[in-house]
Formats: sequence, C-alpha cells, structure tokens
Amino acid sequence: MEPILTINNLTKKFGYLTAVKNLSFTIHKGNVYGILGPNGSGKSTTLGIVLNVVNKTQGDFHWFDGNTSTHDALKHVGAIIERPNFYSYMTAEQNLKLVCKIKGVDHSKINEKLEVVGLLDRKDHKFRTYSLGMKQRLAIASALLNDPEILILDEPTNGLDPQGIHQIREIIKGIAANGTTILLASHLLDEVEKVCTHVVVLRKGEKLYSGRVDEMINSHGFFELKAEKHQELLTVLEAHSNIEKVKEEGELITAFLNEPMSAADFNKVMFEKGILLSHLVKRKESLEEQFLQLTDHQ
Amino acid sequence: MLRLIQLELQKLWLNRASRVLIIISFILPFTVLILSSIKINFFGFFTLELGELGIFNFPIIWHITTFFAAQFKFFFAIVVVSMIGNEYSNKTLKQNLIDGLSKKEFILSKFYTIVFFSLCATILIGLATFTIGMYYSSYTEANIIFRESEFLLAYFVKLVGFFSLCLFLGMLVKRSAFALGFLFILYILEWIIFGLVSWQADSLDIAFNVKQFFPLESMWNLINQPMQRVVMTKFPDKTDIMYDYAVHWYEVAIVLGWTAIFIFSSYRILKKRDL
Repeated sequence: MEPILTINNLTKKFGYLTAVKNLSFTIHKGNVYGILGPNGSGKSTTLGIVLNVVNKTQGDFHWFDGNTSTHDALKHVGAIIERPNFYSYMTAEQNLKLVCKIKGVDHSKINEKLEVVGLLDRKDHKFRTYSLGMKQRLAIASALLNDPEILILDEPTNGLDPQGIHQIREIIKGIAANGTTILLASHLLDEVEKVCTHVVVLRKGEKLYSGRVDEMINSHGFFELKAEKHQELLTVLEAHSNIEKVKEEGELITAFLNEPMSAADFNKVMFEKGILLSHLVKRKESLEEQFLQLTDHQ
Repeated sequence: MLRLIQLELQKLWLNRASRVLIIISFILPFTVLILSSIKINFFGFFTLELGELGIFNFPIIWHITTFFAAQFKFFFAIVVVSMIGNEYSNKTLKQNLIDGLSKKEFILSKFYTIVFFSLCATILIGLATFTIGMYYSSYTEANIIFRESEFLLAYFVKLVGFFSLCLFLGMLVKRSAFALGFLFILYILEWIIFGLVSWQADSLDIAFNVKQFFPLESMWNLINQPMQRVVMTKFPDKTDIMYDYAVHWYEVAIVLGWTAIFIFSSYRILKKRDL
C-alpha cells in the first residue's frame, strides 16, 4: 500500500512539557484513520507538526514517497484544524478564491465544493454571518478545493449541535466513500468508531496503540450473566479455565474470556453444572471500553 | 510574485477599514498638496498663495512635497500592523500555512505589498510634483527640473523602510495596537540613547553620528526638514543657518540595511514560532 504520511520518532517539547513523545506511525492510502486521545494528549500538536505550523523538536516525518518537500506536499493535502479560520469580512466565495490562489487551483472548483457541503446558496454571504456548523462546512469545502489525496480533520464536530454533527459526519462518509484517505483526530470515541477503519491511540504524547479499530484490544469478548444461583455461578466461573476475570455489579455478573468461546458452548457447560441462566449475552468491548482499558492500564 | 501581491491585495481591499485607510493615505497628501497650491482668499483681507513663496520652484519642490507627503505614511502604517495583527487574531495565518503557503511566501507577500504601495505612492507624488512644479516654477529647463529628483528615491526608500519596521513590530507583538505603541517607545528610546551618548561623550557631534544609525532617525535623515532651506533661499546672506539637506548614498544604505534586517528578522520570528 502506498504510504501517504510517515512519522518517525517525532518529539515535541514545549519548555518542560513533552507534548509528543517519540511518536511513529504510517498512514496508508485509502483508509480512514483516527487519532484518538483525551484532551491534551498531543493530537493537535502532531497534526500541527506535519502541517508545518509547529516546529518539531526531534525526529522526522515525510509526506508521500519522501521526495516531496512539505511545502509542495501540502498542496495535495486538505486540512481543517480545531475551528474554522477565515476572513470574516469576506464572503464564502471570496474566502475560497483566496484559498484557490494559495493552493494554485482554478476557481472553477469553488461552486462544485460548495455544492458538496450544501452552501452554494449562501456563497455570497459574509463569513461572519455564518453559524458554527456552516463555518465548519465551509472549512471542509475549502480543504477539498484541491481534490486532496488526504483530508485531515481535527475535531471537526467540536462545539456543533447534534444536527450539525450529523451533517459533518455524512459529508465525511461521502468523502471517504470516494476513496480519499482521511485522518480524523478526535476525543469522541463513537465518532472514531463510526467513521474510522484504523486508529492511533495517544496518551500524554505517547502512542499506546496503532492498527485496525477492531483489533485494538486482544480480547475475546465477555458474557453478561444472571442466574438464580448467584453464588454458585460465581464459584463455577472462578474455577473455569476459559474465564480470565469476573466482575460483579449487583445481580449482573460479567465474565471476561481469555479464549474464544461461543455463548452456546458456555450455556451448555453451565447447564451441565446445574446452573440455569436467566440472562446470557455475549459482547465485545465497545471502543470506549477498549480505550479506557488501554489508557488506564499503562 | 504577482500571485503573492494579488493574495495580499485581496485581503486588504475587501476589508473596509484597511480600504478606507489606503484611500486616505493616497488622497490626503494630494488634497493638502493641491489646496496649498491654489490661491486662498481669506474673505478679501489677504490672499495666501504659497506658490508666491517660491516653494513650488524646481528643484526645491521635490524636497518639500516628499517631506510633507512622507508625514502621511502613518495611515498606511496602521494598515501594515493590522494586516499582521488580524492574521494572528483570526488565526488565518495558521490557516494560510496549512493551505500551502510557506512561511517565506507569507512574509514576502506582505513585503511585496509594502514595496508595491510605496512605489505607487512615489509615482503619484512624482507626477503631482512635476505637474505643480511645471505650473508654478520659474525655471523649466530639464536639468533644473530633474535636479534633486533623488528626493523621490529617498521618499520611496523611506516608505519601504518605515513599513518594514511596522511589519517587523507587528510580527513581534502580534497585536496591531501594541505594535504602534512599540513604534512610539522606539522613538523615545532613540532619544534616550542619544541623550546618554551625548552626556557620556560630551559632544553632540558624536551623539548625532551614533543616532544616524538608529532606525527611525535614519529614515528621518533621508529627507531633512525643508523649512530651514526655504528660509535660506529668502536670506542667502545668513550663512549660520546653512545645513546639509541633500540625500546621501550612505543615508539610503543605512535604511536599506534596516529594511533587510527587519524583513529577515520577521521571517526568523515566524519560522521559530509555533502557531
């Protein structure tokens, strides 16, 4: 797979604070990546470095095959960061014309991209009259002007209302469906879970995990159980070799597996032991649970 | 280069405040120039006609118009510091860089705009001076007309130097109002150092020699005040008020040196800064 962005041992220090610590990962063409981490984990700093607005302390990164300078590479990248930054006194169209001039793109793209984000009828209105959701959509249109190979989005739904969040996600999904590589930084786990195929998890500037979302934790899932014979069930579970640990929350018992096991097999074992389950659900950890496990344990 | 100028001009021209300031900075010197060149009749008591004083004669007119026009540079200076301040406060600087403008291009687009503006101002002042001079001047031989037209060059260099200083201060403090405050502080600072030097060296000559290398003083020195010279032409026998008002190559060189330092430092600041 063609690499789009390669980061090697990147470190950024702000005085005594190390915002990014020895970070390495590679972004390949065609996937949707998420950078996940709590606030202040170094997501935006990392993006700032590769976008040439923050100076790195150590390490290096390169775009595409490594033969393009960052300045030239950015002409094939679309990025929006934190909040939309435009000239408030210009109309949407004038703002986009300016971006076209910077990127060296023809003006004809403007209407096309405004159409994509549904702002075509507002193009002659000044930027300052826009709502936050519209501003964010204009930012996406602006990032798409050069038909980028990769679209970088830093917390694109931050501060938006549910409707706005939904609109932005639909737009992102549409763009991803066209084969554009996407790098999405967020602290919202369900956002990453809904949109991304791959994920890089950061905490305090360190990489905890990078890889596919569904392989994030080496886990075989867990059972949620209820039974009349509560105490006996607990004893059986603790003796069972497939069960790694057991958690008790009132009536509900959660049993974590250390080996694959189907719900049917488990039910059979319990039945043989004389325990009748009144409730049996097999589940995999949600990204949120996986994420919390990952960030808690280290 | 054209692309960078276009970029900056779009940013400036679509902003109402800076558009008004730019227009004022062009119109105002002209209005003053034209008003002063017409005959003003004060309700029949007396007529004031500055042309009669001989100040619109070649070659002294070059000196006088460039000196007074240069006093209006402050309007565009506000535009320069605000064009940096706004980019910082709107975070559009960050966005510009992300969109693919390099830090070098960013500074260059501002600098080219400064040069472009100064060039326009110089050409306009040149044309206006020529026209008014042709109308009033008693001498119209080519060699007299264009003698001392080096004041135009001095005017141009002075504008570029001053606006580069504003650009640098804008980059340094990121806020337009503070940048203008810094300009004032720099002015006071130059006088304080001047005072210290003259006190330590016990000689005004040495102090003036030092002071001519300071940024604001060097720009001032390019076009010395012409009032004394006007008096000199009226009383040619009063030799004690003689002074050196010519444009010297080293004066131009000092200002150009400062311009280079300001632009390069602006670039260094931007390069080192995390946005």
